[in-house]
Amino acid sequence: MCVRCTQTLASLSSTTSSVTNFDIETLVAPARPDRTGADISAPVLPVDLRVTGLAKSFAGTPIFKDVSFGLSRGEAVAIVGANGTGKSTLLRCLMGLIPADAGSIDVLGTDVRGASNAALRAMRAQMGLVSQKHNLVPRLSVLSNVVQGLLGQKPGLRHWSQAFAPAPSREAALAALEKVGLAHLASRRADRLSGGQSQRVAIARALVGQPKILIADEPTASLDPAAGEDVMDLFFALARQEGVTVIFISHNIDHALQYGDRVLGLAQGGMPLDARAAGLSAEELRGLYD
Amino acid sequence: MTDTSLTAGLPTRYERPSALAFLGYALGVVIILWSFAGAGFSIDKVISSPPRFADFLDRAFPPNVEPKVLARLGWKMLETLQIALAGAVIGIILSVPVALLAARGLIAPTWINQIVRTGLGFIRAVPDIAWALVFVVAVGLGPFAGMLAIAIDTIGFCGRFFADDMEAADKGPSESLTATGARKLDVVACATIPAAMPAFISTSLFATEKAVRSSTILGLVGAGGIGIELKVGFDLFDYPTAMTVILMIAVVVISIEYLSGWARTKIIGEQR
Ligand SMILES: Nc1ncnc2c1ncn2[C@@H]1O[C@H](COP(=O)(O)OP(=O)(O)OP(=O)(O)O)[C@@H](O)[C@H]1O
Ligand SMILES: [Mg+2]
Repeated sequence: MCVRCTQTLASLSSTTSSVTNFDIETLVAPARPDRTGADISAPVLPVDLRVTGLAKSFAGTPIFKDVSFGLSRGEAVAIVGANGTGKSTLLRCLMGLIPADAGSIDVLGTDVRGASNAALRAMRAQMGLVSQKHNLVPRLSVLSNVVQGLLGQKPGLRHWSQAFAPAPSREAALAALEKVGLAHLASRRADRLSGGQSQRVAIARALVGQPKILIADEPTASLDPAAGEDVMDLFFALARQEGVTVIFISHNIDHALQYGDRVLGLAQGGMPLDARAAGLSAEELRGLYD
Repeated sequence: MTDTSLTAGLPTRYERPSALAFLGYALGVVIILWSFAGAGFSIDKVISSPPRFADFLDRAFPPNVEPKVLARLGWKMLETLQIALAGAVIGIILSVPVALLAARGLIAPTWINQIVRTGLGFIRAVPDIAWALVFVVAVGLGPFAGMLAIAIDTIGFCGRFFADDMEAADKGPSESLTATGARKLDVVACATIPAAMPAFISTSLFATEKAVRSSTILGLVGAGGIGIELKVGFDLFDYPTAMTVILMIAVVVISIEYLSGWARTKIIGEQR
């Protein structure tokens, strides 16, 4: 397993050679001075995402209200919270997939709530989403599914299927599959994959467009422990080496603390927790579920 | 041991109908009886019909199997199938864009969905034979009028059901593609239509069966196909030939149903 993730990291770390042989400890070191040289506790980095006073209800039932937070470029953030607290709903609001009721959302300079369809598409084209369910298109090949991840940047017929796709797109799709260790399944039909393989293809689809913000809803839920670590390592490396802002939902407290720079917690219709992972204990996080 | 507090929360096995529901049932029964009266239901006729039917059968059997007649009917049957297939294929193809406009929450706003759905309802409300009459007036006697009638009838059927199929398709893949920034049309082509494809195939096969059944009677109004032979047979009291036509239609329609059932399992049966 680790051979693969090491290769993946090697391919990513054109800048930092020391990462090829990394271990988690050095990367999770509290100070994290390795990012762009700056200390994150003094946020000088550009802000990618800012949410203020966000509220959402479904058919009169409030899910959360007054949620506010901001994310800097290259930050990895874990969102935690009990089932049904609205984590997935929050992510959908961020991408403008469902309308919020109140508040403001600014993502990569786009005012999500007021944006035109074209502006929303341009914003989404710079983002990657890995949903809670893998949501692959059945009956199409794995490679076609990943090629379709480029539709936001390259709309039109040529990216409907790998068969019509231009060579660079097919190569990019294969490279993305390589990152999740599934290049050998490129021609397999998507509905003939195991749950974990499907999830990794969905991750490849989210990565193929080289997003500036990667949003992942329980990306490791259907993965075996080793594959789950690989995926989290991959996300972490993206944040570190390529400055991708990573938001992931996780029910795994260890993952949240280990891979998140920050942890946001949803509970009781709000976001009572927004803290640096380094200063948090597993006990404190468990308290959120009471 | 049963926990009584839990058992108490169980719903009753049968709900007692409310007074209003009871009234509804009673009204339903009255309407059905009234309909029998309106249809001229007569026990006398039911009793007297078997001898007359037997008389018809007596005169119709044995069916006409003269090689010359069989050859003529065979060619007419082939024309019937051609009308059915050509009409069904054109109808199915045109149904896809129509269904895209009819499906709620897909590419068109609600008011367009409403207009298109109402139009499709109108097409279905007009019987196929009436469409055939209309097209005979428009393009003249012959198979082309029949093909147009089948095509429009198929649009009424497939347009509606393709739209329902797309509305019912799993929303997950389309949400994920929307999240990549894809345009609506790309999302529909890449996620919605593939997700609805098994249902499309099933609906299309039904439409083809339906087209074959309709095409056999279009000849009654001069819109081509074997129906004209049936009409002539009855008009000239040539019951043996009419019987041959009926048997041919039965054999062909049943074969088509088997064939389409086989195709359905072959194409979508293996899917998970
Ligand atoms: N489209 C919808 N219509 C109505 N209610 C919805 C809809 N989507 C979600 N909900 C409700 O909103 C609440 C939050 O759902 P959401 O999926 O965001 O929870 P979550 O925090 O992601 O939970 P989990 O950890 O189980 O994934 C739930 O009570 C859910 O039933
Ligand atoms: Mg969720």
